Amino acid sequence: MAGAAAHDDHDHRPKGWIRWVYSTNHKDIGTLYLIFAIMAGIVGGFLSVMMRWELAEPGIQVFHGLASMVYGVEGDAAIDAGKSMYNAFTTAHGLVMIFFMVMPALIGGFANWMVPIMIGAPDMAFPRMNNISFWLLPPAFILLILSAFMPSAPGAHGVGGGWTIYPPLSTSGQPGPAMDLAILSLHIAGASSILGAINFITTIFNMRAPGMTLHKMPLFAWSVLITAFLLLLSLPVLAGGITMLLTDRNFGTTFFAPEGGGDPILFQHLFWFFGHPEVYILILPGFGIVSHIVSTFSKKPVFGYLGMAYAMVAIGAVGFIVWAHHMYTTGLSLDTQRYFVFATMVIAVPTGVKIFSWIATMWGGSISMKTPMIWAIGFIFLFTVGGVTGVQLANAGLDRSMHDTYYVVAHFHYVLSLGAVFAIFAAWYYWFPKMTGYMYSPFIANSHFWITFVGVNLVFFPQHFLGLAGMPRRYIDYPDAFAGWNMVSSYGSYISAFGVLVFLYGVFEAFSKKRVAGANPWGEGATTLEWQLPSPPPFHQWEQLPRIK
Amino acid sequence: MNRETLVDPKTQKSNKVVAGVCAAFFAGMIGMAYAAVPLYAMFCKVTGYGGTTQRVDQYSDRVLDQKVTIRFDANTTGGLPWKFQPVARDMSIRIGETAQAHYTAANMFDKPTYGRATFNVTPELAGAYFNKVECFCFTDTTLKPGETLDMPVVFYVDPDIVNVPELKDVKTITLSYTFFPIEGVKPVAAAPQAGPIKTNDNTDGNLGG
Repeated sequence: MAGAAAHDDHDHRPKGWIRWVYSTNHKDIGTLYLIFAIMAGIVGGFLSVMMRWELAEPGIQVFHGLASMVYGVEGDAAIDAGKSMYNAFTTAHGLVMIFFMVMPALIGGFANWMVPIMIGAPDMAFPRMNNISFWLLPPAFILLILSAFMPSAPGAHGVGGGWTIYPPLSTSGQPGPAMDLAILSLHIAGASSILGAINFITTIFNMRAPGMTLHKMPLFAWSVLITAFLLLLSLPVLAGGITMLLTDRNFGTTFFAPEGGGDPILFQHLFWFFGHPEVYILILPGFGIVSHIVSTFSKKPVFGYLGMAYAMVAIGAVGFIVWAHHMYTTGLSLDTQRYFVFATMVIAVPTGVKIFSWIATMWGGSISMKTPMIWAIGFIFLFTVGGVTGVQLANAGLDRSMHDTYYVVAHFHYVLSLGAVFAIFAAWYYWFPKMTGYMYSPFIANSHFWITFVGVNLVFFPQHFLGLAGMPRRYIDYPDAFAGWNMVSSYGSYISAFGVLVFLYGVFEAFSKKRVAGANPWGEGATTLEWQLPSPPPFHQWEQLPRIK
Repeated sequence: MNRETLVDPKTQKSNKVVAGVCAAFFAGMIGMAYAAVPLYAMFCKVTGYGGTTQRVDQYSDRVLDQKVTIRFDANTTGGLPWKFQPVARDMSIRIGETAQAHYTAANMFDKPTYGRATFNVTPELAGAYFNKVECFCFTDTTLKPGETLDMPVVFYVDPDIVNVPELKDVKTITLSYTFFPIEGVKPVAAAPQAGPIKTNDNTDGNLGG
């Protein structure tokens, strides 16, 4: 039966739009995810540049005009609408970047493309489910964009209040349909991720090539397996929490309404039970990618393979029992705070194991500073900076004064915006020759790195100073005392945005010059299975399953 | 043609088992999210988390010399047309001593209105040691037009409070009530009863503490 079906599989590659819309091919779906992530990243990046433009100087410069352009309000109403529009931009920036840029790029894009190849599987376990996973995302994204144009609070449009959507601001505070659309958007994006996670778990458990034991599996596959488990455990809790929000808003339940016996703090517990693992969901695949790249360009196997794999397992497991470190200011008892401080700091141990193992992999290696390696080293440096501020913020006492300031903003952008995004670009340059068959221009790629590196550090490093000085998050305006570093930060964001243009030009240039990359452009250090296939890989790979010694 | 046909039936079957286990796990986690609601309410009741006060039936067995000031706060929300305030703003009692405080509520509207109070104490950690023996918050309250109701609270501060490191220096505990309107439903407590305080025996289901 298998043989009978195989023969017309060989050359049967659907043509035109059918190939993409009906696709059951993991590589095509991965490509769709990557294109989607790039587009969502541009939208999310646009939102952030608008915010930085507004914050470049004290006072309100941009958003009242933007509000009167988009919502057609004038005068004082425009200023009020502009303020809530700024909050809507903050919220949308967070949600877009998390759910529609980083997750689709790392999990949907690179993991879809590379995990089946790396473990020697012909495709994902459930190819059709893979298709629906992807095609749920565009409608979810459209719902979120639509929500920006819907009324929320009186005189305001779009969901304000941040990606954490705490009640009562998200229930009685914003009665308009904007919040309902955003909640539905999260439901659909969550369904997409859950289907993807089930698919990855099944694929990695059941479809490994003969001889590929779990302990021989590449670290990227490990990282995706752990990520999929985190998704499976945490997303249902978010789904439950936002469903309660939805029924509180529309059907008279009082889960989070004190007048009916509910408690708004309960939402924060549910949200962060999801939210904290979520940040590891965003970064773990990056850990896997960086391990491969560091090993490839040091021409050495990764240092402490098992330690690296189980460090990720430990990070994933401990990630579930630290959620209330986001809630130190909600009136936790001292003992509860002590526990969460301790548990949070414990995470620094497996994370340190990873950082030191990457450095040990490079140590004594024959290092070639190709573009992916530069991005990976940039990742290690920036992630460590964010990790150090993370350990500081883990202290409940210190967090009292840092809570909801720009110090926190700087911290999580160093680990996510600089960490996860640098991992995405590292993966992009590492696998671009494999996925397309073409070599990027090293000059453009390296320029992209340096422009981005300088840009993002200018954006976020000064925010440490602003946070220490007490500048709170999520406000459109600030006292004049904060003006200097805000200006620096805004210039940094313009430089980073220019970096995105350089990136897009680099992609265009690579496709127009068509420099043939060859099966393995990275040489002897690239040992995983994808480099044994031609570039780009055949439409269906591993007709003969590889055997792993 | 798609790739599913290439995978041999045995793998396909075990794929479905793994996916089924994952899906069941997912459903279980959704259930856990909802189970968190009653569990959390129970947790608050037991530990006094978030300033949830304790409801008790008996008075304290010992009284300390140390004094503590209890401040009283009252407010209404959601457009409830009541004038709601404490009779005395604060009182000083000994820890463990049983005290009675009074609130009054007056309906300023020309129709009967229904309210339900929620409450907590600040600092929130003191909630576990703030014991209420009798309280109008255990009931739903109805006020006729122009009616003024005297509402006593009988409480004491648990002497164990002095053993809590975070609370040992606390000199003031604020008890705050917020009345929310209840629309449509006429509370059981509205039935005519003797005395100014209308009590409803079956209040375990609402609000805890």
